Amino acid sequence: MWADANGQELANRFKDAPVKKKLTGIQGFDLITEGGLPLNRTTLVVGTAGSAKTVFAVQFLVSGIEQCDEPGVFVTFEERPADICTNFASLGWRIEDWVKEKKWAFVDASPAPEQMTVSGPFDFGGLMAQLERAIRKVGAKRVAIDSLGAAFAQYPQNAIVRHEIFRIANALRELGVTSVMTAERQEEYGEISRHGVEEFVADNVVILRNILEDEKRRRTVEALKFRGTSHHKGEYPFTVSAEEGIVVIPLSAIELKQKSTIIRRPSGNAELDKMCGGGIFRDSIILVTGATGCGKTLMTTEFISGGARAGERCLLLAFEESRDQLFRNASGWGVDFAQFERDGLLKVMCAYPESKGLEDHLIQIKKTIQEFKPERLAVDSLSALERVSTTKGYREFVVALTSFVKHLEVASLFTATTPTLVGGTSVTEAHISTITDSIILLRYVEMLGDMRRGIMVLKMRGSAHDKNIREFTIDGEGMHIGKSFTNITGILAGFPHTVPADEAARIERLFRNGQMDPAEM
Amino acid sequence: MSRTVLKLFVAGRSLQSERAIRNLRSICREALEEDLEVVIIDVLEHPNEAEVSRICASPTLLRELPPPVRRVIGDLSDAGDVIAGLGLHTSRA
Repeated sequence: MWADANGQELANRFKDAPVKKKLTGIQGFDLITEGGLPLNRTTLVVGTAGSAKTVFAVQFLVSGIEQCDEPGVFVTFEERPADICTNFASLGWRIEDWVKEKKWAFVDASPAPEQMTVSGPFDFGGLMAQLERAIRKVGAKRVAIDSLGAAFAQYPQNAIVRHEIFRIANALRELGVTSVMTAERQEEYGEISRHGVEEFVADNVVILRNILEDEKRRRTVEALKFRGTSHHKGEYPFTVSAEEGIVVIPLSAIELKQKSTIIRRPSGNAELDKMCGGGIFRDSIILVTGATGCGKTLMTTEFISGGARAGERCLLLAFEESRDQLFRNASGWGVDFAQFERDGLLKVMCAYPESKGLEDHLIQIKKTIQEFKPERLAVDSLSALERVSTTKGYREFVVALTSFVKHLEVASLFTATTPTLVGGTSVTEAHISTITDSIILLRYVEMLGDMRRGIMVLKMRGSAHDKNIREFTIDGEGMHIGKSFTNITGILAGFPHTVPADEAARIERLFRNGQMDPAEM
Repeated sequence: MSRTVLKLFVAGRSLQSERAIRNLRSICREALEEDLEVVIIDVLEHPNEAEVSRICASPTLLRELPPPVRRVIGDLSDAGDVIAGLGLHTSRA
């Protein structure tokens, strides 16, 4: 997938572009910008308070040093260099060491402690001299200036400051460095920046947003304009993780280029395999939807057990039940999760949906998958994550997760809880039904005062499958799929009712040989 | 009387720099300080000095002695402001 493409691959992809770009090394950002920031230009990074502008600026230099061996200069108008070193040490960024190793240089333009009087016009000649010296000292290829708002606050002569920033941007281009300047804005959706700097500084603008929606914070990044070069439009979610800093989730930048296989694997239930035309495809994504308690967790358990018994490494992500509950449930159906774990075939990860934001869940899931390298993945339930995010954020999460596992060819089973007991759909279904290869419906069927369970393979990409709605029962050995519900109609709609046997036979005759018999009508 | 040290940082020999130097000269002529030392530093030639004294704006005039440090930026065209900013003594009222 793109999100995991390495820098070289990306660089090759865009090497013929008219305006060259520099890979930032910020995960995901290089994808949405189609190769990074314009080379030797200044990009304005704007955002409201707390939108991670400084993190972006610092990380731009950090990834330059860590990934591209490119030294950088950090100009700070706001925080003291020592504070910056301390603040970012928690992310594992050894700025102090890099200063000693001459890979990183600070230009301290933060307010001087003494009283300052202004008498007549001035320019930023002193700053320019320091900046040039710092660039030459470390051989910098990158410069970050944080923040212009603080520069305006320090020097009330806005017109002068504006002009000087313009001069610095030009000088940086002459010096052959790629730079970012951060600037404040007051509203998430309003004028680009507070001091109108974008009008004279940058041909390139990136907006960081930190939107409050339904009482939840959602961070997005948007490449607003890159003069003379292309980039992906619109907002992309990102998160600031404790380990990696900014991680952008490049949704629509994901390409549909998955390979396909015809190798079938057992689903974990022999009868279900039969319904699916001989098992599930090795790289398929299966969505199981149903009301609460109708057997989704059982299907998950059987899916895992089927994989582990066939010697596949399985990863189970549980968002509804604790580890103990899962193990107890499984043993109730004759499946020994503990043994699978001892054999190294199973990894169970339980998390409370509210424990972190959806973006952070995604990053952790991806990380676990990359480390454990499972051949099979079950998520029970995907829809539990719905409540920790906005609808939009959830949709993006689902798309990002499914495309990720698809790319790695991990057979995946996701469960989704439908809001109503009988019939019904869920948001999850709406979001991922087109991405999934198979959809299995589990439904309660009310019949003559009894609640019974029905299973149906609604969709199975690339294969013939059983189209009947079959009844299934659950006992100490798991799920048993039986005969189809004959003479019943309206199960999917949630209003099952019996059709007399002779009527069913009549309808059957109607469609015989694919043509209607006028005599019957 | 204590020693007074003024450092004027300019960036090259621009008109602005010349103006600042000229303005500072005339201010010094007014000053009553006995032991007054003025140093002029070109940050383009000595950028390390700019770093040490944290000079961003140019021209910048620092009163390094006596403490505390005082800072005036600009071409020093308003002598009254400069004198007040630096805390100099003059024959003015």
